[in-house]
Amino acid sequence: MNLNATLIAQLVVFFILAWFTMKFVWPPIVKALDERANKIADGLAAADKAKADLALAEKKVVEELRKARESAGDVRTSAEKQASQLIDEARAEAGRIIAAAREAAEHEAGAATQRAKEALRDQVAHLAVAGAEKILRREIDAKVHAKLLANLKQELQ
Amino acid sequence: MATEGHAPTASEYVIHHLTHLNNTGHAQENIIDWSVINLDSMFYSVVIGALTVFLLWLAARKATSGVPGRFQGIVEILVDMVADQAKGIVHSAESRRFVAPLALTVFVWIFLMNAMDLLPVDLLPRIWEGMYAAGGGDPAHAYMRVVATADLSATLGMSTGVLLLCLYYNIKIKGVGGWVHELFTAPFGSHPLLYPINFAMQIIEFVAKTVSHGMRLFGNMYAGELIFILIALLGSTATVFGFLGHVIAGSIWAIFHILIITLQAFIFMMLTLVYVGQAHESH
Repeated sequence: MNLNATLIAQLVVFFILAWFTMKFVWPPIVKALDERANKIADGLAAADKAKADLALAEKKVVEELRKARESAGDVRTSAEKQASQLIDEARAEAGRIIAAAREAAEHEAGAATQRAKEALRDQVAHLAVAGAEKILRREIDAKVHAKLLANLKQELQ
Repeated sequence: MATEGHAPTASEYVIHHLTHLNNTGHAQENIIDWSVINLDSMFYSVVIGALTVFLLWLAARKATSGVPGRFQGIVEILVDMVADQAKGIVHSAESRRFVAPLALTVFVWIFLMNAMDLLPVDLLPRIWEGMYAAGGGDPAHAYMRVVATADLSATLGMSTGVLLLCLYYNIKIKGVGGWVHELFTAPFGSHPLLYPINFAMQIIEFVAKTVSHGMRLFGNMYAGELIFILIALLGSTATVFGFLGHVIAGSIWAIFHILIITLQAFIFMMLTLVYVGQAHESH
């Protein structure tokens, strides 16, 4: 419990140690600490940015999905419309074709009837002439009586 | 420790352990004697001081901003703790460039010097006695105290260093005129009648700060060391009671002392910062 020159020596050692720490220990450690703090701050900022980007992308995806769904609906509607239009057109065409066919058939049938009637009439006229020949037992001059026959034919109509 | 023929008495044992190894070879006789220097205190404080800055330098050398190792981690925790305290107490970034490293050094250095208290009280002194006797000396005069902070000269040396820092920053921050003005006008105010009282108060404040700063550390460590010596005396009775008492009391005191050595190192560091911080403030 005495005071002696140790006091002075200790004082000098005290400042030498403090000087050494100030020169060689403190700056690199504080620098490393600050750098790490900056790194962490940057990392956190990047994470925040990534999160925001992700949210934005998700929003975009939802929007795109909605758009796609909408356009698919449009496509379907227009396809259905087109299909029904096609069906309608086809039905109308078919109706027209059937009508035309029927008309043509009727026309054909009418013509055939006419032809048959005419042929029948001719034959009846021939038969009548032949019958008359037989009755008269003589040849009828077809040319002479052509007018007569024509009249007969006319009457048979 | 033992003179030839008879074992030391309890009183001889305690006095032997509390006597410094100095350049005179015997215990200092006067209270203050500037021709004497304690070799043991100087040896342990310089060796431990070198160890302190070496350990810190080891961490600083490989300090990276990447993932720190465990050793770098503990040093960084210390640096961060000291830097935070310094920032809160010393409001000058320029002064902190020296004061904060100083506080860190003081904390680790004093902690390690205090921690010498946890070594068995007879371990290093007994080795020294062996060496001294082998060199032909009388082991009764082979004094050795391993706890440098239990030397009043050493702790007052450090607190005087803090006082010098305070004076330096007082003059640097306030200028010689400003500081002298403050010495005579604070704390009671500017009036010619109050000048001597103010000045006396200021001087008392500086002396009290410095003496209590050094004395607090010295007192705690000296008392701790003395109790370890007494506990060792208990064991030296070589009875069952003495043995159990030594083991139990020694364990309890050592565990409690871990708190004290850390706390005293922390208090010394904090007071260093506080006193330097006060030197920056104008009254």
